[in-house]
Amino acid sequence: MSIFRLLAGLVIAWCIAFGPSLATAQVQDDAAQTLLQRLVEASNAERTAVLKHISESGDERARGWLEAFSAGKLATVKESGATVLVLNNVGRNWNIASALNGEDMGKVSRRDLATVRVNNSLRKEVEGLLAVIDLAAQNPDVRLAAARDLLGEVDGALVAQIEQRAQVEDSTAVRDMLTTALAIHQLEQGDVSAVETLSGSLNANARAALNNASNSDDPVLAAAAVKALESIEQKLKMNRAAETLYFGLSLGSVLVLAAIGLAITFGVMGVINMAHGELIMLGAYTTWGMQQLFPGQPGLALILSIPAGFLVAALAGIAIERSVIQYLKGRPLETLLATFGISLILQQLVRTLVSPLNRSVVTPEWMSGSIMINEALSLTLNRLYVIGFALVVFAGLMLIMRKTRLGLEVRAVTQNRAMARSMGIKATKVDILTFALGSGVAGLAGVALSQITNVGPNLGQNYIIDSFMVVVFGGVGNLWGTLVAGLTLGTINQVLEPWAGAVLAKIMVLVMIILFIQKRPKGLFPQKGRAAEG
Amino acid sequence: MSLKKNVKLGLSALALSVSFHAMAAEDPIKVGVLHSLSGTMAISETALKDTMLMLIEKQNAAGGVLGRKLEPVVVDPASNWPLFAEKARELLEKEEVDVIFGNWTSVSRKSVLPVVEELNGLLFYPVQYEGEESSENVFYTGAAPNQQAIPAVDYLMNDIGVERWVLAGTDYVYPRTTNKVLETYLKDKGVAASDIMINYTPFGHSDWQSIVSDIKKFGSAGKKTAVVSTINGDANVPFYRELGNQGISASDIPVVAFSVGEQELAGIDTGPLVGHLAAWNYFMSVDTDANYDFIDAWVEFKGDEAAVTNDPMEAHYIGFNMYVEAVKKAGTAEVDAVKDAIIGVSVPNLTGGYATMMPNHHITKPVLIGEIQDNGQFSVVWETPSTVAGDAWSDFLPGSKDLISDWRAPLRCGNFNVVTGTCGSSADVASK
Repeated sequence: MSIFRLLAGLVIAWCIAFGPSLATAQVQDDAAQTLLQRLVEASNAERTAVLKHISESGDERARGWLEAFSAGKLATVKESGATVLVLNNVGRNWNIASALNGEDMGKVSRRDLATVRVNNSLRKEVEGLLAVIDLAAQNPDVRLAAARDLLGEVDGALVAQIEQRAQVEDSTAVRDMLTTALAIHQLEQGDVSAVETLSGSLNANARAALNNASNSDDPVLAAAAVKALESIEQKLKMNRAAETLYFGLSLGSVLVLAAIGLAITFGVMGVINMAHGELIMLGAYTTWGMQQLFPGQPGLALILSIPAGFLVAALAGIAIERSVIQYLKGRPLETLLATFGISLILQQLVRTLVSPLNRSVVTPEWMSGSIMINEALSLTLNRLYVIGFALVVFAGLMLIMRKTRLGLEVRAVTQNRAMARSMGIKATKVDILTFALGSGVAGLAGVALSQITNVGPNLGQNYIIDSFMVVVFGGVGNLWGTLVAGLTLGTINQVLEPWAGAVLAKIMVLVMIILFIQKRPKGLFPQKGRAAEG
Repeated sequence: MSLKKNVKLGLSALALSVSFHAMAAEDPIKVGVLHSLSGTMAISETALKDTMLMLIEKQNAAGGVLGRKLEPVVVDPASNWPLFAEKARELLEKEEVDVIFGNWTSVSRKSVLPVVEELNGLLFYPVQYEGEESSENVFYTGAAPNQQAIPAVDYLMNDIGVERWVLAGTDYVYPRTTNKVLETYLKDKGVAASDIMINYTPFGHSDWQSIVSDIKKFGSAGKKTAVVSTINGDANVPFYRELGNQGISASDIPVVAFSVGEQELAGIDTGPLVGHLAAWNYFMSVDTDANYDFIDAWVEFKGDEAAVTNDPMEAHYIGFNMYVEAVKKAGTAEVDAVKDAIIGVSVPNLTGGYATMMPNHHITKPVLIGEIQDNGQFSVVWETPSTVAGDAWSDFLPGSKDLISDWRAPLRCGNFNVVTGTCGSSADVASK
């Protein structure tokens, strides 16, 4: 009897000690299950409210659910109706885990899952909800990003919360962003005083709000908004000019990179190499290949591709020189046709060996996105790197041509082959090395281009005409000419493009070059002295 | 001994002639496959050739059609438009195929068209196109503008509330015609000319900086802005990349594309693209058993777990099944009989409905709008309540709104003018 009592007492004590926590967990799971169920079953219009409930539920799993939902990775198992998180949604079988306890549920056929559909407006909604949570984050960068997400998204319910947050915020940038967000909201409500706050802002959301206000029925508000817009427009003009210049330099540096190898093979050696574009393509494919060798480390692979791309293209160049070009010396037409054939062979080779489909080259983290100079002007990082790379390659080539023995011999052979040979220079060896150098630089261009355009069998074709254009315009045989011509053509193109359209801008540039060549047949920087006569 | 040998020989000769006779009685139905396997278009068309081989293999395993086997005849027009016409002639004259499945771009179709009409062949064209064409010998299993572009614009206008439009396209016939249709349609709906921006770029355009910057500027006027993109092929990749780099997300300025499918996305990192839209009549992510069966068969056929399916593949699936049904209905593979029999034929599509061949040689299709996901697939966000019949002649172009096409018995006309009551020659109207 007493034993029974003791046991009963123990059971009661255990219940008192552990019962509540178990029970709350159960209650929480039930509540969570209901919320998720509602999210799954709701129509898109009702989902906004359910999402809000989830973010305010205080459940620590809420963030995970919201993120999964906005990534399209929330699903239900068709048979059991259980809500699950999709861990990996590639292929026919997906990895899933329970949404409630995170328990791994293994691989399940795509057939058995129904994903909860999300769209842009819901995704934006989730972004706003997460931003409110993130405003309290430790990291000021996270807070700034969160505040930026709130621009134009503030509604009546949030105002008090944001005002409170702005008061305790110690980072000026975040506080300014929050003030702008509030001012946009006030302006939408028709508050004239908000125009003052927004008047100097270059932010797109602020401008959009002012634009709307300038069309408002309230004449005072409209007039104030128009005035504010005018002052903004002034600032924008400067920024746009700077932006166009940047675009021009960046396109120009791409042209310089693509053409500079040709400036050596065509400009210095006089070989019309139609396969130059395909050498660029080989460089780009090398980058792809390196990324396959180092999966998960795109940055490292890209850096290693610089020497690798150079080598691959240079070896291909040597093969072309030895097998074809050396037999066609001094016969430009035959060289043109033969190298054109080589370019077709290389293209089809890549199609057959690799794939006719484009290959995906990953852009490393540190090269994507942009750095923001101000709200209206940001410089895209990948382009910035390409500009830098082009300048480095150019400087390197200049050094080789001016300061090394090879450079000296190359110049000697191109100026007077017979004389150079009689001075003991091995002309054939110089030919091979020069062609390898030009080809290798084309490979370098390919590595850079893999970051801004498609890596596919047709990559080279898109650049061959442009390359010849730059070399001819700059003056055959002159590296400085190639640099100046590339940057000039890039800038002219980008200045023309906004008002003439891409197609017409290209045509206009071509016509300009033709006219220029009529006037100065030797290009921008014609060679002088002996070299010009050769 | 020698007698025995002779008997044996005689027997085997007999067997040979018998089997030869049997084969002659069941001549295979020859199916021409006219897709580029080399050159620029190989990227898209190789998958379609494989789709046809898979469908034929499956049909043969099920006993063929009318007791006859199907025999594929594959040729390679090498992305070269005049070569398309030459290869079509080779298929029809030399190989004497009963039907051709093929072509990708409108210009290749226009090049094949006179050959197919002259030699009275059958051509199934599986890709979306600009409309304004109807040939007695061609069956258009891809979308006409009213099955893709117009519903997509409707979705943006009504569900997203877009008020400002950028029509961006590659500079050739399909985008130009589609944008003309869209521009008229938008203006009919009350959109001001200043709220429409039209931009054309050359094939394979890769420097999108200033255009994207322009779009950004255009979109900062305070009205919801969207880009309707008829940009073709791989020029899309640098375009989307530039959008991402310049910080334009799908929730700011969504881009709806008519030429970007699963195959195109397979070559890129889709992270920055999430949320951008595409309008098609089929997505690989469609949740139906027919679709999952098709994907399983395709993955098995290709032997590649990562193989993707796309809209033109579904169009071939529908077109092929329609052809098979029509041959069964006609009881022969003879061209004129099949041409008549196929009108009205209904076959299941992969999205859980039926596709019917209309008298104007276009088919009924559902229209789906999908958003790009980070796994390179589309998630369907909107679809038409029922299927839409393809319209050969757009109602939004001045020259074509009075035209109808009906290839059934009494009329038999591809461009009948309902106002004047006459049937003009097809070439005339096409050149207008």
